[in-house]
Amino acid sequence: MTIWIALKRPAMLVPALLLAGLALVPCVATAVDQPFYIVFFARILVYAIAASALNVALGFGGMVSLGHALFLGIGAYSVAIPAFYGIDNGWVHLAVCIAACALVGLLTGAVSLRTTGIGFIMITLAFAQMGYFVFVSLKQFGGDDGTPITATSRFFGQDLGQPLTVYAVAFAVLCLVIWWSARLRAAPFGMVLRGARQNPRRINAIGLQAKRYQLAAYVMSAVLCGIAGMLLANLTAFASPATLGWVVSGDLIVMIVLGGIGTVFGPLLGALAFLGAEELLKSVTEYWQAVFGLVIFLVALLRTAGLAGLLERLSPHGLVASGDSASAQPTPPAGGTRQVHPEANPYPVAGGGA
Amino acid sequence: MSILKTESLVKRYGGITVTDQVSLDIRPGELHAIIGPNGAGKTTLINQLSGELASNSGTVWFDGRDVTALPIHARARLGLLRSYQITSIFEEFTVRENAVLAAIGAQEHGWRFWQPMLSRRGQVLAANEALQACGLAARAGTPAAELAYGERRQLELAMALSARPKFLLLDEPMAGMSVQESSAVVAMLSRLKGRYSILLIEHDMDAVFALADRITVLVYGKVLFTGTPDEIRHHPEVKAVYLGEEEEPA
Amino acid sequence: MTIQLVLTQLLNGLQFGVLLFLLAAGLTLVFGIMSFVNLAHGSLYMLGAYFAATAYEQSGNFGLALLAAIAGCVALGYALERAAISRLYGRDHLDHVLATFGLVLFFNEMARIVWGPQPYFLPLPAAFESTVDLLGISYPSYRFAIIVTGLAVAVGAYLLMHKTRLGMLIRAGAVNPAMVAALGVDIKLLNAILFSLGAALAGLAGVMAGPIMSIQSGMGEPVLITALVVIVIGGIGSVSGAFYAALIVGVADTLGRAFLPTLLRELASRDVANAAGPALASMLVYLLMAVVLALRPQGLFPAGRTR
Repeated sequence: MTIWIALKRPAMLVPALLLAGLALVPCVATAVDQPFYIVFFARILVYAIAASALNVALGFGGMVSLGHALFLGIGAYSVAIPAFYGIDNGWVHLAVCIAACALVGLLTGAVSLRTTGIGFIMITLAFAQMGYFVFVSLKQFGGDDGTPITATSRFFGQDLGQPLTVYAVAFAVLCLVIWWSARLRAAPFGMVLRGARQNPRRINAIGLQAKRYQLAAYVMSAVLCGIAGMLLANLTAFASPATLGWVVSGDLIVMIVLGGIGTVFGPLLGALAFLGAEELLKSVTEYWQAVFGLVIFLVALLRTAGLAGLLERLSPHGLVASGDSASAQPTPPAGGTRQVHPEANPYPVAGGGA
Repeated sequence: MSILKTESLVKRYGGITVTDQVSLDIRPGELHAIIGPNGAGKTTLINQLSGELASNSGTVWFDGRDVTALPIHARARLGLLRSYQITSIFEEFTVRENAVLAAIGAQEHGWRFWQPMLSRRGQVLAANEALQACGLAARAGTPAAELAYGERRQLELAMALSARPKFLLLDEPMAGMSVQESSAVVAMLSRLKGRYSILLIEHDMDAVFALADRITVLVYGKVLFTGTPDEIRHHPEVKAVYLGEEEEPA
Repeated sequence: MTIQLVLTQLLNGLQFGVLLFLLAAGLTLVFGIMSFVNLAHGSLYMLGAYFAATAYEQSGNFGLALLAAIAGCVALGYALERAAISRLYGRDHLDHVLATFGLVLFFNEMARIVWGPQPYFLPLPAAFESTVDLLGISYPSYRFAIIVTGLAVAVGAYLLMHKTRLGMLIRAGAVNPAMVAALGVDIKLLNAILFSLGAALAGLAGVMAGPIMSIQSGMGEPVLITALVVIVIGGIGSVSGAFYAALIVGVADTLGRAFLPTLLRELASRDVANAAGPALASMLVYLLMAVVLALRPQGLFPAGRTR
């Protein structure tokens, strides 16, 4: 399947066009002397990365983490704390980010995966809140108010604190993450993970330990989200506990659902739609959060396959082997939007899914 | 030399003993059926053999190893595979993906992150063979959620087969099937006989007597008798307890 | 660190625990029976406080304000359940999370619109402005009243659940909702009553918390999250579990915040203690939750559910 044939389908064409558009933003913004747009779209790129990260755990793996802002925050503080001590070496920031997110992801993930369903949701929320309080209590790094970052990350002599630089890097990272998501989805790991979402008992029965793969996916998703946080810190030259708030975690989930859970382009589409709508509403009314809240409620009520699903429905089949689900999006199970819930398994047998 | 052996397997739920000192000895290449009235504890027994349920006491030996303490995924990798009475497949995946995933689970691992699963030649081959054997080759590209009931039961079997197992634990593979579908499964199982060792739980007596080398009768968690189909047919106690009543197919 | 100080903090912990129980009870019941994740529960708590503050402003009578607030929360809870929540039963938990997340944003903004962004204050009721003598210490009588009220509600909840027909239906519904519906019980009404009951408890907690915490938009979420920790520790779906866990969490959190920094200063250098003390104190209940989950994932006092 060559790229050009694939691009004829709206499901591929629209995201490709959007990415092309995003690539042109810096040029256009500089041309019309509106540098604000570089920062605005850079923020969308960063959140798209974070949403893509969460998508690996939530979309592929079915793990509803309501606490992923924890990793976004750790990533941000991986820049802020070394910067506080004058360290501006980007590689140090990156190493701290990856190590911290991997460790925290491993510990919180292992504990959270002791439960499923609603327990998992509550626990991830609680851990993010814990992170929030920890950073609030660190008075030397600004506490509640957060801390400005004067020494942004430097890589190869380039300063990530420059809007154009962080835009370029974020764009590159996003493209890589999207590409890797697509490959991962169809690779053995992705298939096992998606299988564990649909039927963890069966994954164990065919010889694989579902929980191990889920934990690995959770850690991967944590590290990627941390990298998004690192980019965010460089973009805003600021780190604050608010980044770890429950609202941010919720926003990430909304983006994924809006864009299409478990799809490759969903997080990008969702981040664009979410932050675009937010900006639009802000210009209409100062009480935009009330409207936004109701919109989110309606999105939940009418939940479909998201924007990616809409694009998929507008695309003719036949370019991929009919029904081969290793393409853009999961076919919704017969009977509507209800995902196969692990707890719906009729056999509550001891040791299942352990 | 048995391929699957249990010694005095016991499972209790509170005051009720569901599996009562069950000892089985299944020879390589044998098709061994377990029959018994509903509530006899057949599925509980299979759950203990597959490793999903821990027994209170007793041992399970597989292929010369004591597997009593091994969980289900470990036993699957040793070649002890099961199929489920209530179909348990991956609804969102295609038939082919279901089978290949099952092959990956048993023969390989999932720690690969880049190349597509469907490019793993060995496992795709095993899966195709299994789908062919189960009559699902034509439906390989169909999402599992769109299969008819009988086809889902076939996929259930195909997944166990594509793992290239040493031993198959089949829990009522013909449950809910029409006469036509059942005879197709019987034909397939008779082709598999000899190549695989099979433990079959079934209510369909025609199928059982046509296929089984030996039959164990389980009543209230206890083994009543183990013998050849002929011996079973003429055993007075078995007839009284089980066969004597009008048996309806499941 | 005198005995009086410890006792005072212990009582404070009990008081916090009792408030947590009021929130957790409604949450865990709604989850246990309707399998519904209600993140908007914190909004009901917040609105209870706001309703009381407004009612007090109008009437000058705390008792009236209390009744008005609870009535308001019951009405709101009922309306919310009928109009919005009931449409989501049987859906994925993800849908619940999303929907109630949207509602929280909505309610927080509405509070800002109606009452403004500045914090509101609800003064202590005149009858409780003094102290009581308890176990050799002088303890604020209002906080004592909260403890007493909370325990009374717990006893009342127990009597309701175990001695009344409604309670029997609720307990049956927690174990086997389909069966209860099949027996001809108006399950829609039962759900609405249950939800409103939870809302009433949340509102009561909000009113009682009003005089000792500042009333403002977004005050519900931090308490809600702590209530979630309580539920996880106690066992999801178990009201008695919520009770014991709430007391444990309330006491642990209060004592931790009060004494951990001091304790740390005894053991480590002042700089380390000043940095790590408050951080560790704020992490305490979450670490407790993690330990409970690691050792006993079903919670300390799980409800015996067969579904």
